[in-house]
Amino acid sequence: MLSPTILAPAILNGVLTGAVYALVALGLTLIYGVLHIINFAHGALLTATMFAAFFAHRLLGLDPYLAALVLTPLFFVLGYGLQRFVIGPAAHGDDRNVLLVTLGLAVVIENALLYAFRADTRTLNLGYAFDVVDFGIAFLAVPRVVAFGVALVVALLLWLILSLTDTGKAIRAVAKERLGAELSGIDVAHIFAVTFGLGTACLAVAACLLIPTYYVNPHVGNAFVLVAFTIVVLGGMGSVTGALLGGLFVGVVESLCGLYLGESLGQIGIFVMFILVLLFRPTGLFGARA
Amino acid sequence: MAEPLLRVERAFKRFGGVLAVDSVSLAVEAGRITALIGPNGAGKTTLFSIISGFLPPTEGRVFHRGADVTGMPPHLVARRGIVRTFQIVQPFAGLTVHENIAIGAHLSRRSRTEALAAAAEVASTVGLGDVLGRPAASLTVAGRKRLEVARALAAEPELLLLDEVLAGLNPAEVATMVPIIRGLADSGVTILMIEHVMQAVMRLAEHVFVLAEGRIIAAGAPRVVVDDPRVVEAYLGHGAAARLSAAGGAHV
Amino acid sequence: MSRPSTTQIFLVIAVLATVPLLTASNVVLNFLIVALLIALAGQGWNVLGGYGGQYSFGHAAFFGTGAYLTAILQTRYGVNAWGAFALGIMGGALIGAAIGAVTFRSGLRGSYFALVTLAFAEVLRILASVAPITGAGVGILIPLDLRPQAFQFQSRAPFYWIVLALVAGSLIIVHRIEQSRFGAWLVAVRENEDAASALGVDATRIKVAATAISAAITAAAGGFYAQYFLFIDSGIAFGPWISIEALLAPIVGGIGTAFGPLLGAFVVKALGELAKLATGDAPGLDLVIYGSVLVLIVAFAPHGIVGLLADLRARFGRLRGSLLGRAHG
Repeated sequence: MLSPTILAPAILNGVLTGAVYALVALGLTLIYGVLHIINFAHGALLTATMFAAFFAHRLLGLDPYLAALVLTPLFFVLGYGLQRFVIGPAAHGDDRNVLLVTLGLAVVIENALLYAFRADTRTLNLGYAFDVVDFGIAFLAVPRVVAFGVALVVALLLWLILSLTDTGKAIRAVAKERLGAELSGIDVAHIFAVTFGLGTACLAVAACLLIPTYYVNPHVGNAFVLVAFTIVVLGGMGSVTGALLGGLFVGVVESLCGLYLGESLGQIGIFVMFILVLLFRPTGLFGARA
Repeated sequence: MAEPLLRVERAFKRFGGVLAVDSVSLAVEAGRITALIGPNGAGKTTLFSIISGFLPPTEGRVFHRGADVTGMPPHLVARRGIVRTFQIVQPFAGLTVHENIAIGAHLSRRSRTEALAAAAEVASTVGLGDVLGRPAASLTVAGRKRLEVARALAAEPELLLLDEVLAGLNPAEVATMVPIIRGLADSGVTILMIEHVMQAVMRLAEHVFVLAEGRIIAAGAPRVVVDDPRVVEAYLGHGAAARLSAAGGAHV
Repeated sequence: MSRPSTTQIFLVIAVLATVPLLTASNVVLNFLIVALLIALAGQGWNVLGGYGGQYSFGHAAFFGTGAYLTAILQTRYGVNAWGAFALGIMGGALIGAAIGAVTFRSGLRGSYFALVTLAFAEVLRILASVAPITGAGVGILIPLDLRPQAFQFQSRAPFYWIVLALVAGSLIIVHRIEQSRFGAWLVAVRENEDAASALGVDATRIKVAATAISAAITAAAGGFYAQYFLFIDSGIAFGPWISIEALLAPIVGGIGTAFGPLLGAFVVKALGELAKLATGDAPGLDLVIYGSVLVLIVAFAPHGIVGLLADLRARFGRLRGSLLGRAHG
């Protein structure tokens, strides 16, 4: 079972999946790093973005990769609005309330989708979904290779935004020292909302990258988000590099576990890893703040 | 010489690259009011945290009545009779004044009724008797400082660690608190107090330790310590002592 | 916050106990039984979340433990139904103590605690959906045996009185907590853990104990559910629906108050029924409403119904005072 012809594709596929996991985790870790809240609505929002990508193709004929250009700004605005006008005001600044509000939002979004579209699992049947590229040691599906590439590009873009733009610097300031940033005139509520919007935008991109090869139903987001939580905790809450490296790591681990243990136990493996990391190393393997 | 009530032996505390407490040794005699003074950031509250178990020292030991209590968890230190207040007041915000103080009283009392009764008594001792039913969050700064003391008092401590209980109070409020603290000592409670308000230190303390940059730089009776040029320099800067004596020895 | 006396608790229970004497409608009784069941599960959550300030997002773990132990012990090991029910409660307490110990000793609080409890519940759900002993995907059916000894009854009234008795028990427990040092310490830890430690409170021990009590009460609700509906599977026992309803009821009713879960459960269930009447039985709609209610309550009435009533009483008091003042003036 350890021959390279079996291991290599498993590892490579793990890396490809891992990049998309990393993209989902990026949004989560960004929101935690800046707002210091655990966004329980992240999974439901991913489900929403995946439904949007699905229907963009079904109803408008938009190829997912093109739909990304429309959905990303759309969901940025949605995320901005959610934080600015719902989560922020409803929480009155109490951390425990934020927990409840994001949970409430998660329940509303997920079940609204359930109510509207029922529990059926749907897939897109795109022509190129099964094309493969020959990498020598393995054949890899085209959409997954594209997903890997785009995820890295988006991560790079995000890094550039954070390092070079004024807004990015403001975001980093608020993340580091909120009171000081506020006193220097930064509109913290706005920055919070922008960060949330960026996190949701990452989800929109991830959704468009996933939809060619993945199914969608009202619960799909939860599976991903659990993995994302595990990555964020592993890589260190608030650490962007941690999310990236953690994503690739978890992708490979999941792929190898799936190879040896099968699907349903693979899920448990991630949960257990998540619990163990939380209990014993909440600052993460890459050692960022807890 | 009898074993002091509290003894700190060569305590060090390092936070990453910063040495907050540097080879501090001190002893607190039972029944006395001892003051711990020094400029801001000198490490005084860190020392309190080490004594009360909230922070373990990087090196060094803490002895209570001769027993080694280094690194003991805070609640066990409290149960031994060492109770601290916090520099930044930590009321139980959602509870009333009465309920706040009762938590302290519960340290040695199981019954709710007894604890509430004891709390009411302590409240009147510190002048909070008529605000018992008010939410702790509604008190003024002075009120909250008093609540902090009352809560610690209700726990019937043997050694009370007061962390800047006079900070932020106006002179009238300070004048009300000083006799209360005096009264506590008179009733047998040993007090170790961190304080910046010098008149209070001079009036209350029988022994003073001066901490600067993590190190004890002077110790002794208040009058002596305050005149010590090293102490003056710690507060007013390098060369200040010389300047002051050149200007005719006038000092605060 | 309102702290009811034993007399007030007794009165409320007594009034509620008369309901089966006033109506024979199965629809009404069923609604009330489910509402009381949720009130029970919610009171469990309330002990840890309301009084203890630790918000669990995975109380399904305890509900499901009670449900599955009750079902499995009966169907696979021939244990008497009542015995199985009691063991289910104890099992719940044990799981609660275990999860609490492991979590709080690691120093996890706040959002991290919510996350871990969520993860625990999910692990149990997945395990239950594949393990043979829990019936895997098929679930467990408790065979029909309509005798009191088997904790099953021909009519609903006995079920009603039993769940009411369980709710009464949970109210007594909460009352005792409110009047005891344990309760004072628990609340102190909720408000400010460091300050509590400085006053001699062993915060970790208190939180673990609260988790065990909380879990036991919610496990009782799970065990009762199994006996009343006679069928459970992993989605019912460990599913998010009960984690959410268990926290929604006390939050809507008044978090950290004795009657909060009871009030909240009735309101939440009533809302669910209204939704069904208005729009048919579509899946997901009731949870949409519950999620929205959660956000609205947190935003506008964080102290729940009990808080709103207290506000009203205060305002009425002031109004009355000023009116009387004018009358005399």
